Amino acid sequence: MKPLKTAAMAALVLGAASVAEADQVTVGMITTLSGGGAGLGVDVRDGFLLALDMAGEHDIRLVVEDDAQRPELAVQIAERMIQSERADILTGIIWSNLAMAVVPATVAQDIFYISPNAGPSPLAGANCHPNYFNAAWQNDMLHEAAGQHANELGYENTFIMAPNYPAGTDALTGFKRYFEGDLAGELFTQVGQTDYAAEIAQIRASGADSVFIFLPGGMGISFMRQYEQSGVDLPIISAGFSFDQDVLPAIGSAALGVINTSQWSPDLENDANAAFVAAFEEAYGRLPSLYASQGFDTANLILSALAGAEVSDKDGFREALRAADFTSVRGSFAFAPNHHPIQTVYVREVVEVDGVLTNRIIGTAFEEHRDVHGENCQM
Amino acid sequence: MDNTRKEWLLNAVLAGALLGVPLWAWLANEPFIVTLATRIAILAIAGVGLNIALGLGGMVSFGHALYLGIGGYVAGIAAHHAFSGMPVLGLAGTNQMLPIWAMAMLLSGIVAGIVGALSLRTSGIFFIMITLAFAQMGFFFALSWPAYGGEDGLPIFLRNQFPGLNTARPWEFFLLAYSVLLLVLAAFALIRAARFGAALMAIRQNPDRAAAIGISPFGIKLVGFVLSGMITGLAGAMMADLTRFVSPAMMAWTMSGELIVIIILGGVGRLFGPVAGAAILVGFEVFFGGVSEHWKLWLGLVLLAVVLFARGGLIGLIAGRARHG
Amino acid sequence: MTLALILEQLLNGVQFGLMLFLMSAGLTLVFGVMGLINLAHGSLYMIGAFLCAAVAGATGNFWLGLMAGIAAAAAAGALIEVAVIRRLYARDHLDQVLATFALILILSEGVRMIFGPFPLYLNVPDALRGTVNLGIVDYSLYRLALIGFGLAVAVGLWALIAKTRLGIQIRAGESDREMIAALGVNIRALYTIVFALGAALAGLAGALVGAIQSVQVGMGEPVLILAFVVIVIGGIGSVKGAMVGALLVGVIDTMGRFLLPRIFATFLDTSQAMGVGAALASMLIYLLMALVLIFRPQGLFPAHG
Repeated sequence: MKPLKTAAMAALVLGAASVAEADQVTVGMITTLSGGGAGLGVDVRDGFLLALDMAGEHDIRLVVEDDAQRPELAVQIAERMIQSERADILTGIIWSNLAMAVVPATVAQDIFYISPNAGPSPLAGANCHPNYFNAAWQNDMLHEAAGQHANELGYENTFIMAPNYPAGTDALTGFKRYFEGDLAGELFTQVGQTDYAAEIAQIRASGADSVFIFLPGGMGISFMRQYEQSGVDLPIISAGFSFDQDVLPAIGSAALGVINTSQWSPDLENDANAAFVAAFEEAYGRLPSLYASQGFDTANLILSALAGAEVSDKDGFREALRAADFTSVRGSFAFAPNHHPIQTVYVREVVEVDGVLTNRIIGTAFEEHRDVHGENCQM
Repeated sequence: MDNTRKEWLLNAVLAGALLGVPLWAWLANEPFIVTLATRIAILAIAGVGLNIALGLGGMVSFGHALYLGIGGYVAGIAAHHAFSGMPVLGLAGTNQMLPIWAMAMLLSGIVAGIVGALSLRTSGIFFIMITLAFAQMGFFFALSWPAYGGEDGLPIFLRNQFPGLNTARPWEFFLLAYSVLLLVLAAFALIRAARFGAALMAIRQNPDRAAAIGISPFGIKLVGFVLSGMITGLAGAMMADLTRFVSPAMMAWTMSGELIVIIILGGVGRLFGPVAGAAILVGFEVFFGGVSEHWKLWLGLVLLAVVLFARGGLIGLIAGRARHG
Repeated sequence: MTLALILEQLLNGVQFGLMLFLMSAGLTLVFGVMGLINLAHGSLYMIGAFLCAAVAGATGNFWLGLMAGIAAAAAAGALIEVAVIRRLYARDHLDQVLATFALILILSEGVRMIFGPFPLYLNVPDALRGTVNLGIVDYSLYRLALIGFGLAVAVGLWALIAKTRLGIQIRAGESDREMIAALGVNIRALYTIVFALGAALAGLAGALVGAIQSVQVGMGEPVLILAFVVIVIGGIGSVKGAMVGALLVGVIDTMGRFLLPRIFATFLDTSQAMGVGAALASMLIYLLMALVLIFRPQGLFPAHG
């Protein structure tokens, strides 16, 4: 029932493409709607659509297209959206490698790009751009928070592990940037790896007192299932990506009690968030994820900027975006000079509420945290 | 009208349409259609490369994405070093397409020579699988080698240059790709008509008889395989410049599958088969990708129908069976 | 590095290898009997895992789910054979590759249309949770059970092929296709049964492995490629070769991922060694396959000469 409803909404939006009006603002959303990573893209899209829906009257014409998690396809779609759909703003990309392929060329053509998920370090640092805004986080941020919180938990000998690709290296670097204890071991796994028996054996033999992992999507599900069955019961700490609403039902009880860090949580206490979570459940019949919250915030950021300036007035619109004059579901939100968020990063624990696995806030890792790459940003 | 004339007419229509449609789009200020046509032309070049191995020589390579990727990384790495000013292996980086293309073809040729020399000892399904294995090695290497971006890939911030053209303009870059496609098609026609091509086809049809009349199957096939890899490598370098981005995805096994799909959709061994196939594939991606999330399902059904019921692909459907069996 | 750790890694390699065997056995049987190369074998693995997760989720019983997964994969296999595969036996390998590539696209999107884009939940049965003490190492009970399952299926398959009437027909089909027709065997039915049997094995593997991995669209393709590596190393068409190839790939892949970074760490700094070691480890089995084919172009156990 709910996939049907979602599909119907998307079809409606796609159908609307043909009846464009002159004074409308076109937002192109390139996101992953097919293949193994589709869950993240679907949530960003649904969060975004929900925000437009709740806003009622607005001038946004949204064009959504599936990038199938393929960089070259994403580049092609971006060109189509800019050249044929005459998009004023692009958004939607989930993966850092796709963002690196699309964003530099997009912003160079004087089109705005608002990132609802990926935050690769070059775009926050040396390759930052006045037309690029990140409404989610810089990639390192949540891992840094995990390192910081590991200190507070008194971990002294942590085993750290991530896939062997740049986001994985960034995750380990981010963790180590704040972690003060020793490393019991450091491992790179294969991207897309499904069996972690060899790694779990090494964790067991390492004498570690805790484990930090960054294994997004299916990799995290596989690891946690196998970890639970291995008899190793060291505590796990991680960034929220591996333990959010998109994968928690699939991981099951193995996730209970895992400590993870995030800038958002469904139980975050503010009016905007309460309204968002209730409306999302009402509309889609499931709990929103971190990604849905980011899609929702991205839409509201764009709406707030449109209320302040015409998108054709590039400088004015940019100022309006920079002001970030919207009520974020994550509470306080502001842009640093490199157009990445300054925000609080919370510590969450996976709990079961009425038979559904979800996250609960148990503390705060950072207040008003900003990324380290901004100092390389000349803008 | 006999089939040969029908095929020539169809080829002329395809060549004309691939030039005419983007010309109209350029005049009508629809640059995206020009970009799509460029993509079709470049994919067609890659397809022509594979068509030499697969169509003429009957060598079903399930790993041609490897050469596409090698070409792509040559372009990406050269541009990367030209941008940063640091030399690589004693060579300065460059943002000129001509030396990049030469290097892409040279490297692809060398790798195809090694892969071919080892793989051609086998045949049939073993050949399919060993070519796949070599491409997978390249894929995993690119994926986990951090120096050039690993899985994140390597962006090319400014499209590389060609003397006398502003390649950043879609129409000029299209003309370049279209010219290269015509050259490559001419090369394919020449190879097919030459003694070498005849030998290659003779080996495909009957290796024993070919050996009996003094043709060495191994040597001829190896040369065909190397030529095939070089042309696909050239396409890879151009593809990287089109998307201004290289990533291991260019070497994924699904990419190898797509290259085969292009040839089958168009017509195996046919001169313009890859052009027709690339146009169909890109058309499908663009039109159905915008309409339905489930466009891959429809692509699968069309592909299945072509394999089961229209074995000659589009060109076979219109111009009948090929002359050369 | 202790002996216990090395032993545990060996066990892991064997377990991984036996699951690969379940996948490869079906592939190699289908090739041996019908001469067909089936890229969609991974999709049957996916179907087994999805149905197992769906039924186990609805009934709360893993074993019912396992049965459903096997049955669904076998049924899907039989359906595909009758509708599509049957038309491909007389075709060349190129057409087979293409048609089954198309089937992957259709089945993957089809499963996603039915089950949605999010991964499904499937957990190991209560009876097989936890660990068991093997003297010097605590080992996951479920993984140990997987080793048992793999061995049992291998023995069962051997008995089926060596001892039963169906087995005689299968062996006859491998060596001489015309002869079994002359013997009055219903070839069409035999082919459908063999294909469904291979599909059931893939479904079994998918359901078993699904309990400790992520049940999601696209889960079949990485395993498919590995299974091809296995049967090429073992010799396409040979079930014995599939067993040897699967164990080789399982053990070498596991030990490579474990040992290579450590070897590099003796002369590189840790982060670098991890990266280079992991990179090389991921290429190792393809290297193995290339080596085997260079020295034995028909694989280790060439089927029928």
